[in-house]
Amino acid sequence: MDSIAVRIAGDSGDGIQLMGTRFAVSTALTGADFATFPDYPAEIRAPAGSLFGVSAYQINLGSGTITTAGDSPDVLVAFNPAALKVSLPLLERGALIIINNDSFTARNLARAGYKQDPREDGTLEDFQCVTADISRLNLESIKVFGLSKSDGDRCKNFWALGVLLWMFERDLASVEDWIRRRLDNQTKIRNANIAALHAGHAYGENTELSASVPRYDIRKSEMPPGEYRSVTGAEALALGIAAAGELADRPVMFCSYPITPSSPLLHRLALLGETGVGTFQAEDEIAAVCAAIGASYGGMIGVTSSSGPGIALKAEAIGLAVSAELPLVIVNWQRGGPSTGLPTKTEQSDLFQAVYGRNGDTPLPVLAAASSEDCFNIAVESVRIALRHMTPVILLVDGYLSNASEPWKIPDISALEPIEHHPAPAPCKDQDAQRQAFRRDENSFGRPWIVPGMEGLMHRIGGLEKDIETGHISYDPANHQQMTDLRQAKVDCVANYIPAQSLECGADHGDLVVVGWGSTYGPIYQATIETGVSFVHLRNINPLPVNLGELLGRFDTVLVPEMNNGQLAALLREKLCLQTVSFPKVSGQPFRISELVDRIESLKKEGK
Amino acid sequence: MSTELTAKDFTTTQEVRWCPGCGDYAILKSVTRALADAGASPESTAFISGIGCAARFPYYVESYGFHTIHGRAPAIATGLKLANPELDVWVVSGDGDALSIGGNHLMHALRRNVGLKILLFNNEIYGLTKGQYSPTSRVGTVSPSSPAGSVDMPVSPGQFALGSGARFFARAVDADKEGLSEVLQGAHAFAGASLTEIFQNCIVYNKDVFASFTDRKDASKMQLRLKHGEPMLFGDNAKKGIRFNKDTFALEVIEVKSSPEDVLVHDETNEVVARLLIDLQEPVALGILFRKPAQSFECAFYGLHPSEMKRSRSVAEFLRGASSWTVSPENS
Ligand code: SF4
Repeated sequence: MDSIAVRIAGDSGDGIQLMGTRFAVSTALTGADFATFPDYPAEIRAPAGSLFGVSAYQINLGSGTITTAGDSPDVLVAFNPAALKVSLPLLERGALIIINNDSFTARNLARAGYKQDPREDGTLEDFQCVTADISRLNLESIKVFGLSKSDGDRCKNFWALGVLLWMFERDLASVEDWIRRRLDNQTKIRNANIAALHAGHAYGENTELSASVPRYDIRKSEMPPGEYRSVTGAEALALGIAAAGELADRPVMFCSYPITPSSPLLHRLALLGETGVGTFQAEDEIAAVCAAIGASYGGMIGVTSSSGPGIALKAEAIGLAVSAELPLVIVNWQRGGPSTGLPTKTEQSDLFQAVYGRNGDTPLPVLAAASSEDCFNIAVESVRIALRHMTPVILLVDGYLSNASEPWKIPDISALEPIEHHPAPAPCKDQDAQRQAFRRDENSFGRPWIVPGMEGLMHRIGGLEKDIETGHISYDPANHQQMTDLRQAKVDCVANYIPAQSLECGADHGDLVVVGWGSTYGPIYQATIETGVSFVHLRNINPLPVNLGELLGRFDTVLVPEMNNGQLAALLREKLCLQTVSFPKVSGQPFRISELVDRIESLKKEGK
Repeated sequence: MSTELTAKDFTTTQEVRWCPGCGDYAILKSVTRALADAGASPESTAFISGIGCAARFPYYVESYGFHTIHGRAPAIATGLKLANPELDVWVVSGDGDALSIGGNHLMHALRRNVGLKILLFNNEIYGLTKGQYSPTSRVGTVSPSSPAGSVDMPVSPGQFALGSGARFFARAVDADKEGLSEVLQGAHAFAGASLTEIFQNCIVYNKDVFASFTDRKDASKMQLRLKHGEPMLFGDNAKKGIRFNKDTFALEVIEVKSSPEDVLVHDETNEVVARLLIDLQEPVALGILFRKPAQSFECAFYGLHPSEMKRSRSVAEFLRGASSWTVSPENS
């Protein structure tokens, strides 16, 4: 079997995300390729049994190249009727469903909106269905530890994980090790979880399950040689930011305010102190970006992170960093909007906000991560641009990548280019420092990074328009035009430093090219391989690569699928004077390969 | 710096653009003199401001300066202080900037005890936007945005500060060189967050709003100039004093002659009395009302950081995570 997609679904209190993550790590250790999609509700503990409270974790694993979490799960583990109801539409005939019998009570069925028991009314006829009394069997297996019913019930995710690990012929050791480390000081609960894990595994081995359930042996994927680990977007981004600090030989000050789904980055960076990273939890989004600007002004690499609503609050301060020509990286983990929108669902609808969302003519570079592992490299690139050009940079990441994991070839930091900035000049006399501070590099337009504490270079900066040479406040009309042009030229010139746009796959000219950005990389890649059309993936949103217009011009049709209402499509039309066909999807869910394939095929037909 | 600096060394060549007669001129003079007197070095000093008339301040001080956005100066200054705790970081703000749009940041800078010297130029009005009532304006203030008089209760900067957990609160009058320089010296030497309220005369939009206690002729009987360890005396020939009334739990003015032993001695570490002093109307308490040092935020931050913001380990050591696996050329 080449690939198989597994979906685990249950109540938000069932420990689904934990179970999924452990299964992903176990998958990683087998050397298979994989991609995951954590899909959880905004409520921390939504009412038990409710449809909106369903938490799910999907993982696609295989021996080939895996770039998405899978369109349609081959295996579904449903912890309750609501989980079954929500997941069923995703499944194709013949899929295997493992059901926890104990949760199919009259009450839970009613909560899920089932008038009849789907196990009995033929709903599951087309599927291969295995029912087990997971709750009861779990509690029996850990009886000896004398836990309360509620504590004991919490072990059932490990019981079910035991079954899954048996199905995939996995070793229990790595999961067991993890439980030992994690619950080091809670002996009873630790031992109960381990016992549940083993009991689930034994259940698969010894019971009738072995007769009815297929066992999957996924071979190793053909990945290039090297050392690998499993990584989430938040982990890769945190390591990338820390690596950028090392490459620039500057401490990093990360300032942020908790917000979903950005907070995991703060948590990760808080563990990287020894690499010269500091984290500051500010009182609000505005203070977070302002403290980062203050840190940059003081000579550290200021970084802030949020998601759309928080970025909106930061907009004025980002404009200040543009005006004052200070380096700054702003990470936006994009979630569903508008307003509070869908905090835990993924979207790409903050592209306009990133490119245009400030008062005044206030351009800045915008980059977008293609995958969880790409978060590492793109973080380094963002800091590189920020320091070279002395500008804030916005890094867009699709929200679900924060927790989505995939294999990552561990990079060699020593092979990466150091990050440079324009150093401070020698101390100068009298008022010359003010000029020195704004003596910009003629290629990058970056100014020297002069920071308080440096002798003989005292100068004043601010958000009022300044004279292009002296940096003093200036209301001169011609100067304002010059400064506006300068700020635009600075962002435009970033294009001279980024790689030329290349194709991910397909011919370099033809009928149809698909243009994607962000996490849609995975499904678009598969869909274009399947349909044989060309694929261009953008990591640089602003400025666009210099050759992009020419490259896309070689195709009759430019199809732009994105998880928003057509923002990149509009941007390409505006910047490249190019006709685009928009394929928007704004459901809070990633694209499925099949819907992309369908759209491409129908466009191909129309073209004929 | 080998030679001793004077106030002039802290003055830039920028043309000062406040209205002629504005109280800010006097404050600027006192601040530059205080810096010189304290032996501050221009390169280790930074002035951070928000928006408002007061926010022009950094342009006029020969040091590092950052004129930022409305209300956010304490947040930017916090980032700067974290990046370089050795700097003397001053925040210059007004009543609108610090207590209206920026109230949140002020509260958090104070409760964290970030080593910032925050100067609040209080003129009870919005000057730069042409005279609207401010969060410190008294009820009934007639202004373009409150033609029938304002209805909101004003905020008390001192109560706000102490309520936020500030460890230093002082007051002075713009034109009072002696009183102002004394509190500025105190603020400069203080390791945590200090809030200094300066009664500033906006001669254009709120002229003489503090005249009842700043007028020279009434100053002695309307001002209580506090000194740590000294009795709270005021009035002509210091004939009046402040006593704590145990029945009303309030401060009251007494004739010293009748019961000198009842006059309170100023203990700047006593927060309860400081709160009573803040509310005192006649006389108005000036000087350092409250000062009780504690570890600064930046000290705690660096103290807890595993490597004091230095790089003690390469990121390479963290890349592996909890577990990793190897794909060797032969089995790939
Ligand atoms: S408006 Fe008032 S506070 Fe502003 S400069 Fe003029 S006098 Fe000073």
